[in-house]
Amino acid sequence: MKRSDGRAPDELRKMEAKTGVIKRADGSAMFRIGETIAYAAVHGPRELHPKFLQNPEKGLLRCNYNMMAFSGSGERVRPSPNRRSREISLVTEKALEPVLDLTAYPNAVIDIFIELLQTDAGTRCAGICAAAMALADAGIPMKDLVSALSIGYLKNEIILDINGEEDMNEGATDIAFACLPRTGEITLLQIDGEIKKEILLKGLEKAKEAARKIADIQRKALKERYHDKNVA
Amino acid sequence: MTRMLHDHIAALLEKEMREDGRKPLEYRKPVKVEYDISPKSAEGSARVTIGDTIVVAGIKVEVGEPFPDTPSEGNIMVNVELTPLSNPEFELGPPGIEAIELARVVDRALREGSALDTKRLCMKEGEKVWTIIIDLYPINDAGNLFDACSLAAVAALKSAVFPTYDKKTEKIDYQKKTKTPLPLKNLPLEVTVIKINNKFILDPTTEEWKALDARLTTGFLENGTLCAMQKGGPHALTSEDISNMIDIAAEQVAKLRKVL
Repeated sequence: MKRSDGRAPDELRKMEAKTGVIKRADGSAMFRIGETIAYAAVHGPRELHPKFLQNPEKGLLRCNYNMMAFSGSGERVRPSPNRRSREISLVTEKALEPVLDLTAYPNAVIDIFIELLQTDAGTRCAGICAAAMALADAGIPMKDLVSALSIGYLKNEIILDINGEEDMNEGATDIAFACLPRTGEITLLQIDGEIKKEILLKGLEKAKEAARKIADIQRKALKERYHDKNVA
Repeated sequence: MTRMLHDHIAALLEKEMREDGRKPLEYRKPVKVEYDISPKSAEGSARVTIGDTIVVAGIKVEVGEPFPDTPSEGNIMVNVELTPLSNPEFELGPPGIEAIELARVVDRALREGSALDTKRLCMKEGEKVWTIIIDLYPINDAGNLFDACSLAAVAALKSAVFPTYDKKTEKIDYQKKTKTPLPLKNLPLEVTVIKINNKFILDPTTEEWKALDARLTTGFLENGTLCAMQKGGPHALTSEDISNMIDIAAEQVAKLRKVL
């Protein structure tokens, strides 16, 4: 099957990654896949307010996903958080938490803010990729990176990294996926649509392979930043 | 804390010095405008860089109803979100007074300086007009958001085009943009001058902004006519101060126009 933008089924869109793009943050990154562009900033670990939320045994990871008002494919998106963005914020936290040791930050919070500048499907995945890089950029110890992408199941075929046009297809199944690229452990899995178990498992294996390619790009962007620092 | 910061900055200014080595009236470098940074989603967009400060602006064009007092004119709306992403001191939630003032100051110059020919945004008198919404987001707040937001808003307006409108269905097709630019009339641009003790400075850092005694934002048309103004900060200004601050801002605004 030919895809609308001419890609092979397991071919990802063009990616671009940069770290240290927001100087006031402790860590930051930009991640672009196709036309979807995400910024992420990490503030912390810092003291958690209000105080009653503080936990002396474990720090808190707090994520906020937001689409800029002009970044949607149609009308302006209202700036206040909605049910969709709040759920994405939650699953983003859960996608990232397994690589962190939050017990090292008692009473503290690590805040991650994600802003989408432009969207063409796969926004939560792009946000997670940017956020993982921002965490590493902030110097927070991590077991591994987290790499995320969408998996589509369309006309009896698994396709990776679906774009907005493919997402609009009637009967398409859309899967949001994130994993630790080294071990393949899965930290985000959301399925919208019908799919058989065997096909799903096949899709997950393909996605793990693709996640390693994304991790290469994330890692390269992190190395470039520290290389620059050494020169300066 | 702010007192100490104020006195430190004021003492430096006595020697014509600033924390980052600039002269009092020196803008940071680079000042940069990039157009169409969100071309797939927004009808117009721009990213402005002033030193380490980065602001993005995006424009959505919608169809709405005119206000009863201007039945044959389109609407313009400016919104600023002070994203926690851009500054660890900002918090989530609806715009606070800081963001509201900033949005209204940017709006004032565009509106009163007639950036858009609002009559040409009218589709059907009293019923249907184009509404132009400008959303501004700091990406990195290293000070001087007022000038950066004004510049970003004007740049985004310059790059904006109408989406396709189907008269029969009365619907906008956002996927298909036209090549028709928005009906721009003027490019009103603002510059803010800060006063600390008896010294004036341009392009304040975050610390200088916190320590200011007074500030004056002035909007200018291309021919130098003033079109908007906002005085801020806890101290008063004399007429002489205001005269001097307008001159300083006028000179800087001419320089900023060159990057548009």
